[in-house]
Amino acid sequence: MLHGYLPSLLDGAWVTLRVAVFSLLLALVLGLLGASSRLSPNRLLRLPATAYTTIVRGIPDLVMMLLIFYGGQVGINLLTDALGMDYIDVNPFVAGVLTLGFIFGAYFTETFRGAFMAVPAGQLEAGRAYGMSNWQVFSRILFPQMLRHALPGLGNNWQVMQKSTALVSIIGLSDITWLADQAGRSTREPFLFYAVVCVFYLVLTAVSGLVFNWLERRYSVGVRRAQT
Amino acid sequence: MTQLTVEDLHKRYGDHEVLKGVSLSAEAGDVITIIGSSGSGKSTFLRCINFLEQPDAGRISVAGEEIRLVPGRDGHLKVADAKQLQRLRTRLAMVFQHFNLWAHMTVLENVVEAPVHVLGVPRKQALERAMAYLDKVGISRFKDSYPAHLSGGQQQRVAIARALAMEPAVLLFDEPTSALDPELVGEVLKVMRGLAEEGRTMVVVTHEMGFAREVSSQVMFLHQGLAEESGPPAQLFGQPKSERLRQFLSGNLK
Amino acid sequence: MIEWSLFAESWPSYASGLWLTLQLTVLSLIAGLLLAIPLAVLRVSSNRWLSGPVWAYSYFFRGTPMLVQLLLMYYGLGQFEWVQAQWDAGSRFWLLFRDPYGCALITFALNTGAYTTEIIAGALRAMPHGEIEAARACGMSRFTMLRRIQLPGALRRALPAYSNEIIFMLHGTAIASTVTLVDLTGAARNAYSQFFAPFEAFIFAGLIYLAVTFALVGLFRIAERRWLAHLQPRKPLGKGA
Repeated sequence: MLHGYLPSLLDGAWVTLRVAVFSLLLALVLGLLGASSRLSPNRLLRLPATAYTTIVRGIPDLVMMLLIFYGGQVGINLLTDALGMDYIDVNPFVAGVLTLGFIFGAYFTETFRGAFMAVPAGQLEAGRAYGMSNWQVFSRILFPQMLRHALPGLGNNWQVMQKSTALVSIIGLSDITWLADQAGRSTREPFLFYAVVCVFYLVLTAVSGLVFNWLERRYSVGVRRAQT
Repeated sequence: MTQLTVEDLHKRYGDHEVLKGVSLSAEAGDVITIIGSSGSGKSTFLRCINFLEQPDAGRISVAGEEIRLVPGRDGHLKVADAKQLQRLRTRLAMVFQHFNLWAHMTVLENVVEAPVHVLGVPRKQALERAMAYLDKVGISRFKDSYPAHLSGGQQQRVAIARALAMEPAVLLFDEPTSALDPELVGEVLKVMRGLAEEGRTMVVVTHEMGFAREVSSQVMFLHQGLAEESGPPAQLFGQPKSERLRQFLSGNLK
Repeated sequence: MIEWSLFAESWPSYASGLWLTLQLTVLSLIAGLLLAIPLAVLRVSSNRWLSGPVWAYSYFFRGTPMLVQLLLMYYGLGQFEWVQAQWDAGSRFWLLFRDPYGCALITFALNTGAYTTEIIAGALRAMPHGEIEAARACGMSRFTMLRRIQLPGALRRALPAYSNEIIFMLHGTAIASTVTLVDLTGAARNAYSQFFAPFEAFIFAGLIYLAVTFALVGLFRIAERRWLAHLQPRKPLGKGA
């Protein structure tokens, strides 16, 4: 099947999935940190976070990726030279995950920020009025509600991010797109192999759509829905 | 001359029959008020007249021309000729409970829109006409505002000017003051009173008993989909025959 | 440390790259929008035979990476002998698919068309029902209602979401460099391989993208103030209210 390229494509699919999941985790962490800094009363935290989201969201992800991949390589070379160490090759998998995580961390920052701000201040006041500590107010009231507001935005970002994983093929990571490209060249049937990649992404987006719908239903308890 | 006749109108939603045969006839200059508790079918009746809801049976004529109806597949009546309905709708201008002004157009554009794009009135003439009607409802100084920037009472007055600009045979009012804050009701009723005095033909569904008693030439009390009692206001408010109307009035008159 | 000669030597190629980027962005946005308006109307139709195919189109283009779409179109179509025969026969239309510029434009237009269809369809669905009833009640035909009430209202309401789409397309065109086009990103990649100075090469391009993005965001602010005035909260007026 597929001229014997099926196992190789499956390997590629597995790489793509891993890139997507690891970048998602990194982006979530960066997003939470970024949102907390952006909402902080401290300017020294707020300014860098604002610069981060503004700049990253103003530049194409491909340019960002090339900058981090090639720039990172040069930076590491300078470092190893200075320390008299051996040459280290930048691993495209690590570079891909770092770049995607870094880029989408900026988008997640904005999503989380909006979600934090959507929690009514009165509910936090009520928490304090009942004698909760700051940490309790955060963990018992603010965070769970914020998560609910953030879910639709997170779902959106995740959908965009999955598709951006295809860019890692440009920096030479053997993801599904890169392997399909290779297979297409050697069999002279590129359309077939790119079509397989399309099907892979369609399945991925469909499955994540289902998962996010389920999550939203699950976490929207107590929310009154407009009747249609 | 008879401007509007409705004969034996029926309407059901599933198993629930909302209108069980209601008729109405409006001569030129008549102001017919339809009263009744909520759920009596009065709004549905009004909305069936210009086919915003599909009636199941009945006949409707506007200025002597009957709307041709054929039975549809779903059991409701269907309009035989969409063009005819569009033409007759221009003769029946409607004022809605929630104003339903077009949000992306200014006040003036709202009033000019249908005359120009439906009736085909030349723009210049439509603008003059629109300004005259905006003056009449006392809102011409807001002509360049957007609906969202006006109070409910002002929006409803714009909606009335929009209806007047069609120069219709009959004005239909669907609870025009029910969505307004109490202090804004007066300005809208005053405009409607003025229109009645000019001799315009109006069919008004309302909860405003004062308006019904003082302005209308005829009042119809709807109860559970039937015209329980109708006649001149002095009779209905003075000597109500039906027990239900008596109960309704005692709950609604202050 | 900084490789200044890169800027001195490469700026003309960055300039022409920017020009190509802007061309690709603007042309594909225009084509996508023209495609999206009628498709959005079909998309909200209650007739499944009309809305179904539009759904499938938008699902495909929104569910797969634009990079893969571009590769499919540029490298993929040549697999078919029939397409090659059209090329040999000199068919103007089919030759577009052998030209990287044509392929990029078509892919980008179809891609943004899919997203824009959903944006406009969403705005059409969000139209308050009362406004449509008012249009029917004054005797508007379906077409007049669509042309005068539904589309003007929906297009205005779609503006904030569409602004995002414009920025996405500006950034999305960066993948044109994978099919040999020298857009802004392509110029940066060339400069990088020539000077082996990744920071200078890509940061320079990044700053230009950033500047264009800011300029666009500024334009959207002005446009929204102009076209969405009717949705903004009331300005404090001395009189009235």
